[in-house]
Amino acid sequence: MRMFLRIVTAVTVIAITLSVYGKASALTPDEVAKKSQAAFLYPGKDFKARVMMKLVSKGGQERVREMTMLRKNYGDIGGEQKYFIYFYQPADVKDMTFMVYKYTGKDADRWLFVPAISMVRRIAAKDKHSSFVGSDFTYEDVSGRNLEEDSRSIVKEEKAGNKDCYVLKSTPKAADMDYSYKMAWIDKSTFLPLKEEYFDKRGELYKVFTAIEIKDVKGFPTITKRSMKNLQSGHMTEVAYAKADYGIGIEDSLFSERFLKQPPKKWIE
Amino acid sequence: MHNHARYIVFFILVLHCIAASAYAADISLHGFLQGNYAAGVAASNPDGGNFKSAEERLQLKLDAAKDPLHLLIKADGWYDHVGKKWDSELREGYIDYTANAWDMRIGRQVITWGVGDLVFINDVFPKDYEAFFSGRPLEYLKKGADSAKIGIYPGFASFEFVLIPYFTPNHFPDSQRFWMFDPFSENGSVITDRNKEKPAASLENTEIALRAYRDIAGFDASLYYYRGFLRQPSIMPDNLMMPTKLTLFYPRLSVYGASLQGKALDGVLSLEAGYYDSRQDRQGTDPMIPNGQTRFLAGYQRQLWEDFTIGVQYYAEYMHDYTAYKRNLPPGFPQEKRLHDLVSIRLTQFLLHQTLRLSWFSSWSPSDSDYLLNPEIKYNFSDHVWAALGGMVFGGGRLWSQFGQLDRNDNVYMQVRYEF
Repeated sequence: MRMFLRIVTAVTVIAITLSVYGKASALTPDEVAKKSQAAFLYPGKDFKARVMMKLVSKGGQERVREMTMLRKNYGDIGGEQKYFIYFYQPADVKDMTFMVYKYTGKDADRWLFVPAISMVRRIAAKDKHSSFVGSDFTYEDVSGRNLEEDSRSIVKEEKAGNKDCYVLKSTPKAADMDYSYKMAWIDKSTFLPLKEEYFDKRGELYKVFTAIEIKDVKGFPTITKRSMKNLQSGHMTEVAYAKADYGIGIEDSLFSERFLKQPPKKWIE
Repeated sequence: MHNHARYIVFFILVLHCIAASAYAADISLHGFLQGNYAAGVAASNPDGGNFKSAEERLQLKLDAAKDPLHLLIKADGWYDHVGKKWDSELREGYIDYTANAWDMRIGRQVITWGVGDLVFINDVFPKDYEAFFSGRPLEYLKKGADSAKIGIYPGFASFEFVLIPYFTPNHFPDSQRFWMFDPFSENGSVITDRNKEKPAASLENTEIALRAYRDIAGFDASLYYYRGFLRQPSIMPDNLMMPTKLTLFYPRLSVYGASLQGKALDGVLSLEAGYYDSRQDRQGTDPMIPNGQTRFLAGYQRQLWEDFTIGVQYYAEYMHDYTAYKRNLPPGFPQEKRLHDLVSIRLTQFLLHQTLRLSWFSSWSPSDSDYLLNPEIKYNFSDHVWAALGGMVFGGGRLWSQFGQLDRNDNVYMQVRYEF
C-alpha cells in the first residue's frame, strides 16, 4: 500500500512537473512579440539597404521613392537605434538626407537636410500619425513600436502559406491610434511577420501588410520585399530591398550634422 | 564679368585635376526647366509693367566625385520677359575635400546658419529679397558666397570656419519693379546719381564667420561669430539738406550669437539671439548707419494631426543707443522705434500622399502694425513635374515700415518645374 502511494505521488509529481514544463515551453504573447521585434527590426549590429519604394494609386499611377537606408543599434533589442536615409529619387528630393534617433518611451529626434538651401532642420513629427514619405507605411511601421504600448494575445496557431504561424492580436492601450487592433501572422521559425491585418475603429479590415519575399542575408532571415495596401483608399505601397547587408561597421560619427550635409559615398551607394 | 572669368579659370583647373587623376570619377548631371511668373494685383510697377517676374529658366547641376574630392557646379540660364533679356548665373560652384577629422569647401556656396523661419540673426550670408517677394522658389532667397569653408570635427564639438574674400551684398527689390520707400525721393524728385561702393577685396576686408556646435542635453546648440559688413547698404548723401549725389556703402559689422533647437512640449523649440555690433557707428550718432542691435527669436513647431504642422515664431530687434539715434536723426526722416518685432505663423498641410501641399505663412509686426501674407498651394503632378500657385500680400503700417512700404506690390505667382 505504502509502495503504491509512493508510486502515485511520484507519478503525480512527474505529471505536474511535465505539465508545468510543457506550459513554460510554449511562448507567451509578449515573448512572441519580443522575438518578432528582434527578428524584424533589430537583426545585426547594423544594417544597410538600397530601398525602392513604389507608391501606386487606386487609378494605377506610380510614384517612386528610392533611398539608401542605414541603421545602427545602440543597446539591447527594443532599445535605441539611429537611422540615416539618403534620397535618390524623385528628383525634387534628390540628395536630401534624413536622420532619426529613435528612443524607447519617447518620440524620436529627426533632422532633415535640404540641399537646395544647405539647411539642416529638426522636424516635428509624431511617429504614430506620420506617413513615411507619403507612402502607406507610417514611421512606426518602418522603425517599430514600443511593445509596452500594446496588450496582446495569441488568438490561434495556423499556417500562412506553408509556414506555421502564431496569430498575434495586438491592441493599443491608448485610444490615439488609427487602428483599433492588429492581427499578425508570425512565422514560428523565423519570427518574421508574414502578414498583418489592421482593423479600424468600426472593426473593419482596412490595411494589410504582406511579406512578399524573404531571403537569408548573412544568416538573418530578411523581408526583402513587402507591401502595405490600404483597402479603403485603394492605395498601395511596395517596398523592395536591394543590396541588404548586416554588420558592415557603420561608425557612430555617420549620424551627425557633418555627414547629413555631406553623406559619404561609401555608405550611401 | 571679371568675377565670371575668375570662376571659369578655377573650374577648368579643378576639372582638369579630376579628369587627369580620375577616369573613374562618379559624374552625374541633373537639373530642371522652370517657368516662374508673378503678376502685380494691387498696382502697376513703377515703370508701368504688370509683372514682378516672368521667366523661363534652365538649371544644370553637375556633380563629380572621386574620393576625397567632390565637385559641384550649379548654373542657371534664363530669359527674363520683364527685362527682355537673356541672363545667366553661377548659383553654386565649389570643390570639397574630405579628410577624416576635417573638411574644406572652396568656391561659391550657399551657407545657412541659425534656426529662424524667414528671419535671420546669425545667418549673415547673402540673400535675395527680390526673389522672395516676387514669388520665386524659396531656394532663390539664398545666394552663394564666394568663400572657403573649413570644418573641423575633434569630437567634443564641431567647428565651421568661413572666409569670404569677395563681398556679396544682399539683393533688394528693383526700384523699377517694386514700390518702396526712398527717403531721398520725396516731393517727386528722385536723386538718380547713386554710386554703390562695395568693400574692396583685401585681406583686411575679408569676412570671417565662425560657428561651433554640439549637442547639449538633447538640444542642438551653436555659438556664432561674424566680422564683416552689413549686407544692406547705408546711404551717404553729399549734403544732408540738399543732396545731389548719394553713395551707397556697406557699414562694418560684427555679430556675436547663439542658438538652441530641440524637442520640447511635444514639438520642436527654437531659440536664437545675436548682438549686432555696428562698428562704424558705435555711439549711434551717425543717422545714416544703423545702430547696434540685439536680435532674438523664439519659435515652436508641432505636428497637430497627420501631415499637418504648425509653426509660430516671435522675432525682435532692439536698438541700442536709441537716445543718440533720436538726437541725430535729421528732420523729415521717419523715426524708427526702439523695438521692432514680428510674429509669424506657418501652417502646412500635406494631402494625397504628400503630393499636394497647402501652406500659409504670415508675418505681422506688433511694433509697426504691418504684415506679409504668403499662401501657397503646390502639387506634384508626377515624380518629375510640380507646380505652385501662391500670393504675396503686403500692407498696414507706415509708408516706410518693412512691409508697409511694399503695400502696392501685392502679387500672384506661379512656378512650374520639370526636374530631371
